[in-house]
Amino acid sequence: MVNGLNLLFQFLDSFAFIVLAAAGLAIIFGIMGVINLAHGEFIMVGAYATTLANIRLGLPLPAAMLAGVVVSAVFGLVVERVIISGWLPNLISQLAVGRDVIEPLYDRLADSMVATWGLSLIMVQGVRITLGNSLDQIGTPLGNIAYGGFSYSTYRVLLAGVALAVLAVTYYVFTRTEYGMRARATIQDEDTARAMGVDTERTYMTTFAFGSALAGLTGALYAPTITMVPGLGSSFLVEAFVAVVVGGPSVVLGTTLAGGLLGMINAVFSNLIGTFFGRIMLLLTAIVMIRFLPEGITGYVERLRERRQEGA
Amino acid sequence: MSDRLVSRRGFLGSSAVLAGTALAGCSGGSASGDDTIKLGVLEDRSGNFALVGDPKHKASLLAIEEINNNGGIDGKQIEVFDPDPQSDNQRYQELTRRMINQNNVDALWAGYSSATREAIRPIIDREDQLYFYTTQYEGGVCDKNVFAVGPTARQQLGSVLPYLVEEYGSDIYTIAADYNFGQLSADWVKVLANENNANVIGEEFIPLSNSQFGSTINRIQEADPDFVMSMLVGANHTSFYEQKASAGLEVPIGTSTAMAQGYEHRRLDPPAMANIYAGVNYMEEIPTQRNTEEGGFVDRYYEKFPDAPYLNEEAENNYFSIYMYKQAVEQAGTTEQGEVKAALESGITYGAPEAPEDEEIRLVPETHHVDHHMWVMRADEEHNIEAVDDRVIPETFLKDTVGCDLTQEDEETQYTPQDYYEEAG
Repeated sequence: MVNGLNLLFQFLDSFAFIVLAAAGLAIIFGIMGVINLAHGEFIMVGAYATTLANIRLGLPLPAAMLAGVVVSAVFGLVVERVIISGWLPNLISQLAVGRDVIEPLYDRLADSMVATWGLSLIMVQGVRITLGNSLDQIGTPLGNIAYGGFSYSTYRVLLAGVALAVLAVTYYVFTRTEYGMRARATIQDEDTARAMGVDTERTYMTTFAFGSALAGLTGALYAPTITMVPGLGSSFLVEAFVAVVVGGPSVVLGTTLAGGLLGMINAVFSNLIGTFFGRIMLLLTAIVMIRFLPEGITGYVERLRERRQEGA
Repeated sequence: MSDRLVSRRGFLGSSAVLAGTALAGCSGGSASGDDTIKLGVLEDRSGNFALVGDPKHKASLLAIEEINNNGGIDGKQIEVFDPDPQSDNQRYQELTRRMINQNNVDALWAGYSSATREAIRPIIDREDQLYFYTTQYEGGVCDKNVFAVGPTARQQLGSVLPYLVEEYGSDIYTIAADYNFGQLSADWVKVLANENNANVIGEEFIPLSNSQFGSTINRIQEADPDFVMSMLVGANHTSFYEQKASAGLEVPIGTSTAMAQGYEHRRLDPPAMANIYAGVNYMEEIPTQRNTEEGGFVDRYYEKFPDAPYLNEEAENNYFSIYMYKQAVEQAGTTEQGEVKAALESGITYGAPEAPEDEEIRLVPETHHVDHHMWVMRADEEHNIEAVDDRVIPETFLKDTVGCDLTQEDEETQYTPQDYYEEAG
């Protein structure tokens, strides 16, 4: 019984970590076709902003977390305008030399990887130069749940609830709002969407900011539990990418399924054998998935559905 | 340029290696032509080890500035070469070659991790370069060119583990970083447990990239040990302390890696480090006169670097070893590396900040290691640091167990506890 509870908490913990690490990445990749290798650094922005707001400005933790989300959303917006869409550099070059100098990075996977990787290097070193090698850290709130000889951090259980809420909100945004409809139209067929009067440029901009805000939220939520160093983003990156590979193109469903599957695998193996084995199994799962389901779980489901329609 | 290089190389090598080679003929008196003493200091100011490497760099500069202001070494000023290796082992190898071949350094201080040391050691040995490695480490390096002046696992763990067995009981759970350092340190925990009539009832090795410790905490609770020995390393692993505190795991923890190097007790919110015991040769808080009195080591460091966050264990090792080098050069009357090595092997002692007023630490000629004054430092609920135990602990593994004697025989080997202890195997 006790071990069952351990396993459950372990699962909730892994599920929350994977879903929160991957959500922003999946949205930006799924909708804009941009592989954001600076995703971990966007998480770092959220974590740093939260910590600074709490320790230096003295904001209470929830307000500091909100500040973390806002800062990273604004930061994402600026990155989108300057690097991803090239809007600002092009505006300047239009005035100076009368032509564009940057082609937008939408749907250019390799190019977007190189650009965002460069961005991540600059961000890590920039933070190191401006804020030093580490920040003081906020303690984890809410105490712990004790059961038998065991105990588990309450805050970390709460994170699983937040992860579910993030999925619910994302689902709502993309299926029930006008922005969501425009966003999905843009993914399906950008040219037609534009012909129908969708401002795709603006959709991209909003989507990138939304994805950045989710990354910032992840950073804000985990700020009280991880070490505040400029390279902290890298500890989220493996889980995030494995989840996107396993989940496939459908953002909400893919992330949920991947979080569930990978969380279970990680929980079972790291609980039964060890942390090291849990991580090996995560990577092994990713390898097996790439080999047999190259489009991820939702890609496979999609293909099955198409095949059935053709058959009928 | 290349002419001078060749002659200098010839001069640097120990005479035993170069006897009878053609180079030996042109080695006469090249070093005396220089009017400065050139020291290479490769310490990480960016990348993974920046947090712990930066204080080492700063303390080296402090020692060099002090020596220069007091007339230098034998009247010669020290010139320092200190590019940033950025925690990158490949860069370390390139810079080490550059330090030796282009900058012609008379001695080299380099590297934080054991992995870095092992990456550059072949270059050091090929060139017979006088080299100081100052990080606390797993121990066992018996190498004619290497002066490993940081404390070893046998000294660090050997100070804190017996204390905890006496204080809390004999069931030990080990958690360690999953690489060379962590694995060998965990072996040392087994050896020391055996010597102190204690048992290791569980052991887990954790990848350096891991930052989530839920299952580890559960497993420790399941094993219910009297205390935990933690040899976790790096920023990701530091998350363990916050996470075990928020999960309500209250078991005492002994460590050779936390607090003294990455000053977790300053960075983390209390009570994450409550009841953690570090076995170390130095922390900013150790209560010796040389360290904390007015105008002492701590004062001088913060006077030169007012914004520095902490003065860590390895920083003190860099500091005192530069003074030991000064002493050796003055004794030898030359910077010729073979002769300086011989002088270092004459049993040099120095009143380092780690040692109490009436005591000096000793560089052991046979092993090139230091008989450190070791401290057990404890953090309380508010992260105040208190010294609970201290004494000189000689480095006995190389000297007594292995029988390494570099004054008699040149070697370039790293020995491991598995070779000598059944329980480590």
